[in-house]
Amino acid sequence: MLSRTADHLYWMARYIERAENVARMLDVNYRMSMVPQAEGGIDAGWGATLSITGLEDAFRAKHSAATMESVLEFMVFDGTNSSSIMSCLRMARENAHAVRGTITSEMWETTNDTWLKMRDYPRWKLAGSEIGEFFEWVKFRSHLSRGVTLGTMLRDEAFHFIRLGTFLERADATARFIDVKYHMLVDGAAPPDTAADYYQWSALLRSVSAFEVYRKVYRDLITPVKVAELLILNDQMPRSLRTSMVEVFENLNALSNYRSSETERRAGELQASLKFGRIEDVFARGLHEYLTQFIVRVIDLGNRVSEDFLVPMSSN
Amino acid sequence: MANPSSIYDEMNSAEGTVRSHYAGYQKWLAETPPERIAQKRAEADLVFHRVGITFAVYGEESGKERLIPFDIVPRIIPAQEWKQLAAGLRQRVKALNMFLNDVYHDQEIIKAGHVPAEQILSNSQYRPEMQGVDVPGGIYAHIAGVDVVRAGAGEFYVLEDNLRVPSGVSYMLEDRRMMMRLFPELFSRYRVAPVEHYPDMLLTNLRAVAPAGVIDPTVVVLTPGAYNSAYFEHAFLAQQMGVELVEGQDLFVRDEHLYMRTTQGPQRVDVIYRRIDDDFLDPLAFRPDSMLGVPGLLQVYRDGHVTLANAIGTGVADDKSIYPYVPDMIRFYLGEEPLLNNVPTFMCRKPDDLAYVLSHLDELVVKETHGAGGYGMLIGPRATKEEIERFRQLIIDTPDRYIAQPTLALSACPTFVDAGIAPRHIDLRPFVLSGKDINMVPGGLTRVALREGSLVVNSSQGGGTKDTWILEV
Repeated sequence: MLSRTADHLYWMARYIERAENVARMLDVNYRMSMVPQAEGGIDAGWGATLSITGLEDAFRAKHSAATMESVLEFMVFDGTNSSSIMSCLRMARENAHAVRGTITSEMWETTNDTWLKMRDYPRWKLAGSEIGEFFEWVKFRSHLSRGVTLGTMLRDEAFHFIRLGTFLERADATARFIDVKYHMLVDGAAPPDTAADYYQWSALLRSVSAFEVYRKVYRDLITPVKVAELLILNDQMPRSLRTSMVEVFENLNALSNYRSSETERRAGELQASLKFGRIEDVFARGLHEYLTQFIVRVIDLGNRVSEDFLVPMSSN
Repeated sequence: MANPSSIYDEMNSAEGTVRSHYAGYQKWLAETPPERIAQKRAEADLVFHRVGITFAVYGEESGKERLIPFDIVPRIIPAQEWKQLAAGLRQRVKALNMFLNDVYHDQEIIKAGHVPAEQILSNSQYRPEMQGVDVPGGIYAHIAGVDVVRAGAGEFYVLEDNLRVPSGVSYMLEDRRMMMRLFPELFSRYRVAPVEHYPDMLLTNLRAVAPAGVIDPTVVVLTPGAYNSAYFEHAFLAQQMGVELVEGQDLFVRDEHLYMRTTQGPQRVDVIYRRIDDDFLDPLAFRPDSMLGVPGLLQVYRDGHVTLANAIGTGVADDKSIYPYVPDMIRFYLGEEPLLNNVPTFMCRKPDDLAYVLSHLDELVVKETHGAGGYGMLIGPRATKEEIERFRQLIIDTPDRYIAQPTLALSACPTFVDAGIAPRHIDLRPFVLSGKDINMVPGGLTRVALREGSLVVNSSQGGGTKDTWILEV
């Protein structure tokens, strides 16, 4: 397969997954804003959303304060923000357009249709109570896109590059979700074991569709350690770091080429550390340090994938 | 402009009877409820949109793509008529390839005095880089899209020979697919010659012209990219042939060979079906600002390590200033009389012709010698006084750039328009493939000028398309 084709497939998948994760992140903040909390807590939540994505500076250049309205405008519709849902869905469509001969027609039509609907999405719907509906819509378009991938694509290189993009993006996003909530709870003013605390952790679970899952797995009260364990180490939880890394590792193995052995080794090492890791050790080391380190390793893998497979290789 | 009553109608004779090859269709049309036809036409639009069979229009916002209107009344050509047409096309394309080979080698046709040397050597489409270069099989125009119009029964004229990067074949294939989907019953009434094997035929042709010694050649389609107006067609053909669709950035030259960058490392490329103009192929040889091409490609090509289809420099044979010489080429190279007519052409660079053209501007069609796509054209009988005066000045300033032809009475075919069914002018672009042999699928792309009385069929100017049926009887 052409390196450029692989690049388009990989980024198409990453952008679709990214749009979904941005929607999840905004959705959970929106839900949190309805929960009674300390003075300034709501805006702090919107500010934290920006820090997850590393977009504070770009945001400050346009908006003075992080309020629900300004953050939503910036993260949903702002076409100049490359991480907005609008931008992600546009980039997903452009990448798909460039390789429409490689993906199935259902895949192309799904991605194209998502973009056309997003482009024409009535903005007034985001001002009122229908905002939740919008986030649901973004999530379901992403579900649809994944379903079409699984249901129609030949299990060839193209498929593996799509899956690789999806799970690298997801690993990165889930790690950031956990990190930001942890930050707010530990550094925040709220004392432990308050109701607000409970809502924060349950909101984190909901943001990765894991609230019911948690009850099923633990049949217990919501505690920070167990939430972290579920989202980091659980091998059955589809958005956990471990599941994401297993997928990354397996898809990399399927794609293996003459220069990718070191990348595969690093992915394998990271995957094994999740498989054999214990949550007590993670907390002993410090959750924030652990997640920071994880994100650095995921970024490294992304760079290595680009170098090994995607970037037009130099002619020598 | 010809008198409307003298226009040949493809379906109805001048006496008002339906021509025998349209009788079955006419009967079907009369039997089919108008609501069903309306519903089918809507369905066609919907499918074309959803599948994305569109073309991008330059200058419009990205993501805006237009549909080329599709008309459900087929253009039907009887078997015998096609047989004559096909023989004429083979003859013409064969002579054009021999002409190109001659131009870039011994130039016998110039020595024999049939074409003036300056007409070729000072033509901007002549590529001195190709002088003395041998190409596989001596084939230059592997894919030719010859535009043909009908003036009367059995009377076909060639309007132009497109030998550079002719497009439209994907519409020919999609129009057929659409007709079979919408009206399967028609195909049991008529024995329509199939066209679906075109991509296979194209691939076979491209593989046949691989560099000598290459056993299992790798073929690619080279596109300028997703924003090109014909990108749909590039992607479509690559997919149908099962070959890679590459852009210039995917290719590189190393050790005198051409490679593409793949996820498994560099892979040799042997044949390029290129949909990029000569000027953009190699920034080292042609336009240095081209981002679309491959640095060093020309040298690899000249060394015979890769085949370009079409070859570099074919424009010298389809230029409108060379067009008048094609009948002479056929006589010179093949010793045969041309089977297809050329439109009589006045060359403004000749003083006598120029004088005639300037005094008959209101009767003639004036074309730029290098123009394409129906732009830069004056249709005298339909032009305003101002347009005529503007062209008069242009022609006086640069007579070399213009030719003029009498307006032809293009045939018309019944077509769905707002007011019902009415005749509209059509042309035909058959695609002639040259490799080991000369091949074509029966038919081609029929384009239709949707505006009443208009003679401009180009899709960029509001033309539509029709399915073309060659009957197998």
